[in-house]
Amino acid sequence: MHPAPSVIVFTVLSGLGFGFLTYLNLGLILPQGLGGFLAFAIGYAFAIGGLIASTFHLGHPERAIRAFTQWRTSWLSREGWAAVLALLATAPVALGAMGGARPGLLGLIAALLCLATIGCTSMIYAQLKTVPRWNHWTTPALFFAFALTGGAILSDLAVLSAVLSLGLTALLAVAFAQGERRFAEAGASLASATGLGAIGQVRVFEQAHTAGNYLLREMIHVVGRKHARKLQTIALIATVLPAAILLLLPGGLVTVLLALAAHLTGAFAARWLFFAQAEHVVGTYYGKR
Amino acid sequence: MSLSQPVVDTSPSVSDEVRKTTCYMCACRCGINVHLKSGKVSYIEGNRDHPINKGVLCGKGASGIKQITAPSRLSQPLRRVGPRGSGAFEPISWDEALELAVAWMKPLRETAPEKLAFFTGRDQSQSLTGFWAQGFGTPNYAAHGGFCSVNMAAGGIYTMGGAFWEFGAPDWERTKMFVLFGVAEDHDSNPIKIGIGKLKDRGAKIVSVNPIRTGYNAVADDWLPVTPGTDGLLILSLIHCLLEAGKVDLGYLAQFTNAAYLVDSTDGPTKGLFVKNAESQPFVIDRRTGMPAPWDGKGVEPDLGAVWQGHRTVFQHMAERYLSPDYAPETVAAAVGIPAARIRGLAADLARVAFDEAIVLDREWTDFRGNVHQTMPGRPVSFHAMRGISAHSNGFQTARALHLLQIVLGAVETPGSWRMKPPYPKPVEAHPTPHFEAVPGKPLSGPHLGYVRSPEQLALKADGSPARIDKGFSWENPFSAHGLMHMVIPNAAAGDPYRIDTLFLYMANMAWNSSMNTEKVMEMLTAKGEDGEYVIPRIIYSDAYASETVAYADLILPDTTYVERHDCISLLDRPISEPDAAGDAIRWPVVEPDRDVRGFQSVLIDLGARLGLPGFVTPEGKPLYRDYADYIANHQRRPGVGPLMGFRGNGDLTGRGAPNPDQVQRYIENGSFFQAHVPEEAAFYKPWNAAYQDWAVAMGFYESPQPYLFSIWSEPMRRFQLAAEGHGHPQPPDALRERLKVAMDPLPLWYPPYGETAGAAYPIHALTQRPMHMYHSWGSQNAWLRQITGKNYLYVPTKIWREQGFRDGDWARVTSPSGTITVPVAHMAALNENTVWTWNAIGKRRGAWALDKDATEGTKGFLLNHLINELLPEQGDGMRWSNSDPVTGQAAWFDLRVRIERVEPQAIVQPNFPTLPFPGGRA
Amino acid sequence: MTQLPATTAKKLGLVIDLDTCVGCQACVTACKGWNDQGYGVPLSDQSPYGSDPSGTFLNRVHSYEVQPEAGPAQIVNFPRSCLHCEDAPCVTVCPTGASYKRAEDGIVLVNEDACIGCGLCAWACPYGARELDAAAGVMKKCTLCVDRIYNENLPEEDREPACVRTCPTGARHFGDFADPTSHVSRLAAERGGFDLMPEMATKPTNKYLPPRKKAAPDEASLLAPLLDVQATGFAGWLDRVLGKI
Ligand SMILES: Nc1nc2c(c(=O)[nH]1)N[C@H]1C(S)=C(S)[C@@H](COP(=O)(O)OP(=O)(O)OC[C@H]3O[C@@H](n4cnc5c(=O)[nH]c(N)nc54)[C@H](O)[C@@H]3O)O[C@H]1N2
Ligand SMILES: Nc1nc2c(c(=O)[nH]1)N[C@H]1C(S)=C(S)[C@@H](COP(=O)(O)OP(=O)(O)OC[C@H]3O[C@@H](n4cnc5c(=O)[nH]c(N)nc54)[C@H](O)[C@@H]3O)O[C@H]1N2
Ligand code: SF4
Ligand code: SF4
Ligand code: SF4
Ligand code: SF4
Ligand code: SF4
Ligand SMILES: [Mo]
Repeated sequence: MHPAPSVIVFTVLSGLGFGFLTYLNLGLILPQGLGGFLAFAIGYAFAIGGLIASTFHLGHPERAIRAFTQWRTSWLSREGWAAVLALLATAPVALGAMGGARPGLLGLIAALLCLATIGCTSMIYAQLKTVPRWNHWTTPALFFAFALTGGAILSDLAVLSAVLSLGLTALLAVAFAQGERRFAEAGASLASATGLGAIGQVRVFEQAHTAGNYLLREMIHVVGRKHARKLQTIALIATVLPAAILLLLPGGLVTVLLALAAHLTGAFAARWLFFAQAEHVVGTYYGKR
Repeated sequence: MSLSQPVVDTSPSVSDEVRKTTCYMCACRCGINVHLKSGKVSYIEGNRDHPINKGVLCGKGASGIKQITAPSRLSQPLRRVGPRGSGAFEPISWDEALELAVAWMKPLRETAPEKLAFFTGRDQSQSLTGFWAQGFGTPNYAAHGGFCSVNMAAGGIYTMGGAFWEFGAPDWERTKMFVLFGVAEDHDSNPIKIGIGKLKDRGAKIVSVNPIRTGYNAVADDWLPVTPGTDGLLILSLIHCLLEAGKVDLGYLAQFTNAAYLVDSTDGPTKGLFVKNAESQPFVIDRRTGMPAPWDGKGVEPDLGAVWQGHRTVFQHMAERYLSPDYAPETVAAAVGIPAARIRGLAADLARVAFDEAIVLDREWTDFRGNVHQTMPGRPVSFHAMRGISAHSNGFQTARALHLLQIVLGAVETPGSWRMKPPYPKPVEAHPTPHFEAVPGKPLSGPHLGYVRSPEQLALKADGSPARIDKGFSWENPFSAHGLMHMVIPNAAAGDPYRIDTLFLYMANMAWNSSMNTEKVMEMLTAKGEDGEYVIPRIIYSDAYASETVAYADLILPDTTYVERHDCISLLDRPISEPDAAGDAIRWPVVEPDRDVRGFQSVLIDLGARLGLPGFVTPEGKPLYRDYADYIANHQRRPGVGPLMGFRGNGDLTGRGAPNPDQVQRYIENGSFFQAHVPEEAAFYKPWNAAYQDWAVAMGFYESPQPYLFSIWSEPMRRFQLAAEGHGHPQPPDALRERLKVAMDPLPLWYPPYGETAGAAYPIHALTQRPMHMYHSWGSQNAWLRQITGKNYLYVPTKIWREQGFRDGDWARVTSPSGTITVPVAHMAALNENTVWTWNAIGKRRGAWALDKDATEGTKGFLLNHLINELLPEQGDGMRWSNSDPVTGQAAWFDLRVRIERVEPQAIVQPNFPTLPFPGGRA
Repeated sequence: MTQLPATTAKKLGLVIDLDTCVGCQACVTACKGWNDQGYGVPLSDQSPYGSDPSGTFLNRVHSYEVQPEAGPAQIVNFPRSCLHCEDAPCVTVCPTGASYKRAEDGIVLVNEDACIGCGLCAWACPYGARELDAAAGVMKKCTLCVDRIYNENLPEEDREPACVRTCPTGARHFGDFADPTSHVSRLAAERGGFDLMPEMATKPTNKYLPPRKKAAPDEASLLAPLLDVQATGFAGWLDRVLGKI
C-alpha cells in the first residue's frame, strides 16, 4: 500500500493522543491546574491533529461530516463517532481535572471511548481481507500497544512504559515475522485472481496499460527487501529503547522527551512499514505484490 | 442519515442529435453514430445497421473522440522556412499554398510529367488520386499497397481472381474449421472479430499458424509456431499429404480450374504454355469422348489425367511436383519448425472436415457452361492469411500455395469455405495492364496500375530501363500491381532510374514508421547535391496531424479529420462489400472544422482544376466540380458508373444509372452506406455462376460476363520464365535471369526468403505485429490509446531469454546486417523459439504528434524499421536488389534477421533523433 | 446506505468469455467513452500528452501467459471491471453511504455527491475495480451502465452496457443471474463460469468462462496414403486417384 504521509501521521499521532487521554481519563495520572490543562491539551492536540491530518487524504474533505452516517457497517464511520464522543466525554473530565476533581465514572466512560477510537482505527485496517498483512489480530494489538505505550511515556509512568515498550517490541517482532506469511496464507495468487491456475502456471504477459493509474499508485507499492529489513531493525530498536531510557536515566522532562522521541521514531518507522509492506491482493493482477 | 437509496436518473438524454457516418480510425470502415451535444461530438458508437460492424466498434473506433480533438491536428497550410527536417514553418493562406503547388507542378506537366511523383498512403480515395495522376500524365503514382500486402492481392488475383485482404471472407455462418496464417489484425478488423465470435459460439475449430500466439492466435484452438518465412513449405507439404491420400476435390479441379488444361511439352518458346486450338483458346480433353473440347463447352467433362500428343495436364504436373518426397512432412519438418506428425495431423483434419463433414445447400444454380446443378455442395474449411505470409520475399508464391491448398480442397466460393466479395471475383484478364508513357502536357493513356500478363506489358522505356521511379513493373518485380512505395524515396535520392522534381505525398508517414531504414530515409530527404539544392527538390505533403513526415516537406496541405469531410468508399476502389452484398459508403462533415484546414480530396480537385487537368475542367477550362462531394455525385468513370452505386438516376437505380445530384444526401439518410444484395442463387460459385455473372454485369462491375477458371498453372508467370530462359522479347538483364527462373515458376513453390542471406551471424527472426487498438502511427496522439500502449518491448522467447541471462527490466542491443537498436526487452513463452518481436509503430520521434519531448513513445518506444534495409546485401556482381518480393515488389518487412545481446537498463532507446518542434508553432 | 440489501430482486451482471476475448481493448475505450459523458463526473486524464499520462478507466484488459504442464504456453486476455459482488466489501466499508448496492438489481454504485474520496472502498475491493478520479476527487467504478440499461431514450436493443454493445467478438454478455433461465445463467452453468478470488468471499455476480481446452489434432496420421506411391509410381497413383471420379 502507498505509505501516504497524511495517514501515517494521523494514525501515529491520534493513537498517541487517545492513548494519553486514556490514562488521563482513568486518573492514572492526576495533573492539576495549569498542568492538567496542558496535559489534556496535549492529548487533544495529538488526537485532533491526527484527525485533521487524515482529511488531507480525502478527495472531498468538505463533505467529511457525511462520514458519520454509516456507523452500522463502517469502521471508519464508527471511528468518527468514537473519536467525537471520546473527545466530548473527555471535556468535563478535563475541566474537572483542572479544578482538581478525580475523573470518576465519567472518566472511565471517556477512557473506554478513547480505547474504542483506537480500536476502530485499527479495525479500518484489520477488517480488510484484501490486505492480508493487516487482516490479523496483530493489527489491533499493535494499534493498542503503540497508543498505550506512547500514552504511558507521555504520562511519565516509567515502569509501565518500560513494560509496555518491551511488550510492544515483542509484538512488533511477531507482527513482522507473521506478516511475511500472511499473503500466502490468505490464498491470494495470480492463479486464483484469474482463475487460470487450473490450466497451468500463470504470469503477467502485458499489463493492461503501460501508463500508470490509481491502483498502481495507491495499492501497489514495492519496497526493497533490504530497505524493509533495515527499517524493521530501526523500529524494533526504537520501540524498545524507551524501556532502557526510562529505567536507566533519571526521571524528568528530558528523559520523557527522549523516550518519547525514541518511541515515535519506532512508531513512524513501524507505521511506514505497516503501509509500505502491506500488499494488496489487487497487485496479483499486475504481477506485483 | 437516509436509509433509502439515492434516486438515479436511469434515462438521461443521450445527446441532441445523432449523425451517421463512417469511422476512419483505421481502414476497416465501420459505420458510426456520432452523437452531438451543443454542436460538439459527445460520444461515438457503432451503427447497428452497418454491414461491416453491425454495431460494434473496436478500441480505436470507440476512442475516435480523442482523435478528432487531438492537439496534434494541423491547423493551417504551412511553408517550410528552416532547413528541411528542422520543422520550421510559416503559416500561409490556402490561396498561397495552392498557387505555390501549381507553380511547382504546372511546368513539370508541360515539360516532363514524370518529374512529379504522387504517392499516397493509407487513404481510401485511390480511384480519385489515381485518376488525378493519370490526368497529370505522370507514370509515377501508386498507393501504399506495395509496402503493404501486394503479395496477397496479386497472389490471389493471379491464382483465383480474388484475394484475402479485405476482398473475401470465410463463410462465417457455415465454416467448421478456420485456419489463420500470419494474421494479427488485418484490414477487416471488426468483421474478423465478429466472425471469430461466431465460430466460438458454434464451437467451430480455429487453427493458428503463426510464430506468435497473441490476439486471434491466442483464442485459436490449436497453434503451430511456424518458423517465419517457411509457410510455403508447410502448405505444400499439406498438399503433399492430401494428394498422397487422394483427398482432393477432383470434380472441382476438373470443372473450375485449369487443372485439365494441357501444358505444352515441346521444347522452345511455347514450352510450358497451354496447348491452344485454332482460335488461340486453351482446351480440355473430354472424358466422354477422349477428344479435345472447349474449356467452357456445355456438358464437357474435362479429363485431369489426359495426355494429348505428348502434352500432359496441369493436374499431372501439379501432382507430380507435390508428391515428391521433397514435400513430405518428414522432409520439411525441421525447416518449418513443426513436427511431421503435426503436419500430417493438420492435413488429416482438413481432409476430414472438407470431405467427411461436407455440407450441401439446397439451391439450384446454373454454371457458365449451361450445366444446371441441383445443389450447392460445400467444403466447410476456410482460410485467411495476411502479412505473415505476404511480407516475406517469397510471399507471392506462398500466397499462391495457400490458394492452391484451398483449391484442391474445393474450398473457394463453396458453402462453408472462403468467399469473395463483389466486385470480386475478377480474373487477371479483366484488370487493366499498366500505363506508363509520359507525354508532356498530356494525360496518361490509362490507369497506372494493373496486372501484367507478359513481358511486353512491363513498364519499361525503350532502352529497357524502368519507366517508373519505383521501378514498378520492371524485371525486378514484374507483377508489382500496387507499385513500390518503399522504393520511391531511395530511388529518387539515388537518381536511379532518374531524378524527379516534386514528390507529392498524401497520408503516408514516410519519414518514420512506413519506411525501411528510417534514419537513411531522413538523410535522403535532406540530402543536397553539389549545387546545394535538395536532391529531391520539392516535397508537398498532406497530413492531418503533426506526424514525423511533416517536418520533411516544403509545403503542407493540412487535411481535416474524418468527421469533418466528405469521403467515398467506392466500388472503384476498396469498397465495403460482403460476400452476400456489394456495399459502398461515404463520410460527410458531421461537424465543421474549427481550423483553417480542407479535405484533401477537395484540395486535389481544386489543384486539378487550377492545372487544367482533363476530367477536372469543363471544355471552357472552368472547374468541373465544386468540391469532392460534387465529384462523388457527378463523376462518371464509365457512362452510368460513378464512385457510388446507390441511388443513381432518380434515386431508384443501383449500380448503373445517370448521376444523381441528391445522391450524397440519400446516402446520409441511409446511414452513409448502401448495399446491393447478391441474389441467393448467385451467392456461391460466383466465378462460374451464370446468375452471378449477369448480376455483376447489371451492377456495372464489368461489361460482359467474365467466367474463368482458377489458375493452378499460371501462364503469365511461365511467360516470364520463358523470357528468363532466353525466349522472346523483351529480355531480362542477365543478372536477373536465375532469380526470375525460380520466382516466376508457374506452379507454386517455396524458396528461402532472401533475408536468409544475412547468414549465421544473424540467427534470430525479428517481427512486428499490429496492436489491435493502434493504427500505425495514429494511435499515439490519442489520449486514451496511448495510456494502453505508450511504449513497447522486444519480446524474447524463453530459449534466448535464458541463453542471454535476461532479467526483468533489462534492455538489449539488437543488430541486423544494416543497423543496431538498443531497446527494452520482456519475456514471452508463447513464441517461436527463434523469433523476437514487438508492436508496430509505437515508437515515435520525440516532439512529433504534439507529445511531450519526454513522452515514453520517444524514450522507451522504438521501431524495428531502423534494422530493415530497403536494399538486400550486395550480390556477386555488385548489384543490390530491393528488399522485396521478386515477383510483386512487396516490401519484405518480415525477412529481418538479427542477433541480440543483453545490456544494462538504459534511460533512452537508440537510435534517437533531435526533438521536432510543433510545425508552424502553437497558436 | 452501506448496509447490503439482504437480497436483490435481480442480480444483473456480466459473463466474460476468456475463450473468446481477443484483447482488442474495445470494451475499455467504449466504457471510457460512454462514462466520460454519462453517469457522474467525467473520467479524467492527467498529463494526457505528457511523459507520464494517467487516467481513470472503469474497465481494463490484461493479458496473461499460462504455461501448462505439457504443451506450449498460452496467452489469455483478461478484462477486469467491477463484479457487482453480492457481499461487496467496498460497500460496507464506506463511511458516507456513497457506496451502495441497489436493492432492485444488485448494481453497486457510488453516489458521487456523497463521496468524500477517502479511498477505503478501493482498498476493500480485491479486484481493483474502483479508481479515485484525480481531477474530481470522487470514487469511480463500473456502473453496469445503469444509465443505459434502463434508458428510455435509447432503442430497446441498445439498453445494454456500452462494453457489451461494442465487444466485436461477443465475449461479453449482460443479463440477470437471479433468473436461472437467462442467457448469462445458462452460459455460466454450461461453460463452467467461475468466480475470481473466491477466497475473498465477495460472491461476485460477474462470472468468467474459462478458455476451452487447447488441443492438437490426433498426432497419429489419419490420412493413409492411397497406395504406396513409391511402389506403383506416379502412374499407379494417378489411376487410383482418377479412378475415383
Ligand atoms: N489495429 C490495426 N489494424 C490494422 C492496422 C494497424 O496498424 N492497426 N494496419 C492495417 C494494415 S495497413 C495492414 S497491412 C493490415 C495487416 O494486418 P496483419 O497481416 O494482421 O499484420 P501484422 O500485424 O503485421 O501481422 C502479421 C502477423 O503475421 C505473423 N507472422 C510474421 N511472419 C510470419 C510467417 O512467416 N508466417 C506466419 N504464419 N506468420 C507470420 C506475425 O506474428 C503477425 O501475427 O492490418 C490493417 N489493420
Ligand atoms: N516494421 C514495420 N514497418 C511497417 C510495417 C510493419 O509491419 N512493420 N507495415 C507496413 C505497412 S503494411 C503499412 S500499410 C505502412 C503504414 O504506412 P502509412 O500509411 O504511412 O502509416 P501511417 O502511420 O498510418 O501514416 C499515415 C499518415 O497519415 C496521416 N493521417 C491520418 N489521418 C489522416 C487524414 O485524415 N488525412 C491525411 N491527409 N493524413 C492523415 C497520419 O498522421 C500519418 O502521418 O507501414 C509499413 N511499415
Ligand atoms: S475497425 Fe475500428 S477503427 Fe477501424 S473502422 Fe472499424 S471501428 Fe473504426
Ligand atoms: S471488447 Fe471483447 S474481445 Fe475486446 S477486449 Fe473487450 S472483452 Fe475482449
Ligand atoms: S468488484 Fe470490487 S467494487 Fe465491485 S462490488 Fe466487488 S468489491 Fe465492490
Ligand atoms: S471513497 Fe467515496 S465511496 Fe469510497 S468509501 Fe470513501 S466515501 Fe465511500
Ligand atoms: S458495464 Fe458500463 S461501466 Fe461497466 S465496464 Fe461495461 S461499459 Fe464500463
Ligand atoms: Mo498495410
